[in-house]
Amino acid sequence: MNNHFDVIVIGAGAAGLTAGIYLSRAKVSTLILNEGAVGGQMVLTHEIANYPGVENISGYELARIMKTQAQKFGCVIKSNLKITSMTLEEKTKKIEVNNKDIYTSNAVIIATGGKSRTIGAIGEDRFKGKGISYCATCDGDFFQDKEIIVVGGGNSALEEAVSLTKYASKVTVIHQFDHFQALQHYVEEAENNSKIDFIMESKIVEFIGDEKLTSVKIQNVDTQEITEKQIDGVFIFIGYVPNTENLEGIVELNQWKEIIVDKNMITNIPGVFAAGDSIQKKYRQVTTAVADGTVAALSASEYINEFKKELSLVNAV
Amino acid sequence: MLRTNLTHVLSKDDHAKLLQENENVMICCGRMGPMCIPVYESMEELENEYTNIKFADMEFDTQDAEVIRNLPECSSFRGLPFVVYYKNGKVVKATSSIQSRDQITEILDENFEKVSV
Repeated sequence: MNNHFDVIVIGAGAAGLTAGIYLSRAKVSTLILNEGAVGGQMVLTHEIANYPGVENISGYELARIMKTQAQKFGCVIKSNLKITSMTLEEKTKKIEVNNKDIYTSNAVIIATGGKSRTIGAIGEDRFKGKGISYCATCDGDFFQDKEIIVVGGGNSALEEAVSLTKYASKVTVIHQFDHFQALQHYVEEAENNSKIDFIMESKIVEFIGDEKLTSVKIQNVDTQEITEKQIDGVFIFIGYVPNTENLEGIVELNQWKEIIVDKNMITNIPGVFAAGDSIQKKYRQVTTAVADGTVAALSASEYINEFKKELSLVNAV
Repeated sequence: MLRTNLTHVLSKDDHAKLLQENENVMICCGRMGPMCIPVYESMEELENEYTNIKFADMEFDTQDAEVIRNLPECSSFRGLPFVVYYKNGKVVKATSSIQSRDQITEILDENFEKVSV
């Protein structure tokens, strides 16, 4: 197999797959390299009801369609791999995968997306799936008539807190600030629910248990006072962080480690573009990722055309 | 039935037969949900790399899935999917919630000998 492509897209979420569709349809040879499962954050959504043209679809199904669409136009997709090194500054970009396979291209689109933010408290890893969850629709029914905590103060946290009252006997929302970031109607719905209590200006500092989670230590961020609370489960919804760890020192990032791009999705490195949840932007939706992927693909396509023109001129001389 | 390309375990009899006929077995018991799909995908890919292991799935919400749900090794689990690894019919490892391909590979290498095509 030829390991050189016009464009390599890193990431197969909504932005990466859209870029793959646009580029391959324009006959630009394209490889998508993806570290996780195809679909990215999209597959974490049970139901998408605001994607124009599609009344209702699961994130998994939408991702599957996008993948098939890209492959139909000739896009090569390799997933569940590990990118072990990247050389992006040269004209020919080089990406090493799994410490052995090397792929090269003339342009790269970074669409690495984001991942759920973790609290980072003692015991968080240990009790994942044994009391700690990041998905209410997946694991809510394990907590029938149990007492649980929801951590966070954004739309997702309050929406899921209300949804979890279907199962839990009591839901306590813990938030580190004295006010919520969620839209007012989410706040009101949670406040009006008799099963929901609130602990504000506080954070979990330790998860405790033996085989499964049994209690947490909660610290008041103002007084620093720590109290222990018996609990059956904790659901964490404190936003996302961009997957840009491997890009530090290579591509220009802002203070939140998001990739800085211009309106055409161009980064500070010639031939390197970025799109989706890993870039600096305010709104992160499937629709905005799709739009970013489109713009990045069109910009990369233009770059490739110029690149080839330049190359043919050099060869003619 | 789960929409995967894995062998589907549909009943307790299927489960017993699978363990009887295969020395090394990995079963992912879940739903078509966000924490489960990445695990199925990894298993589909690993199926070609570990030819001595039988990779299968089972729908969590079926009555017969109690053969997995009620395993003592899963008694503390509170997150989907429940993934169980068997050697000669005995549970050698069980995990709860999403696992990356690297984490699964580590478990396979630890518990089963790798025999590639």
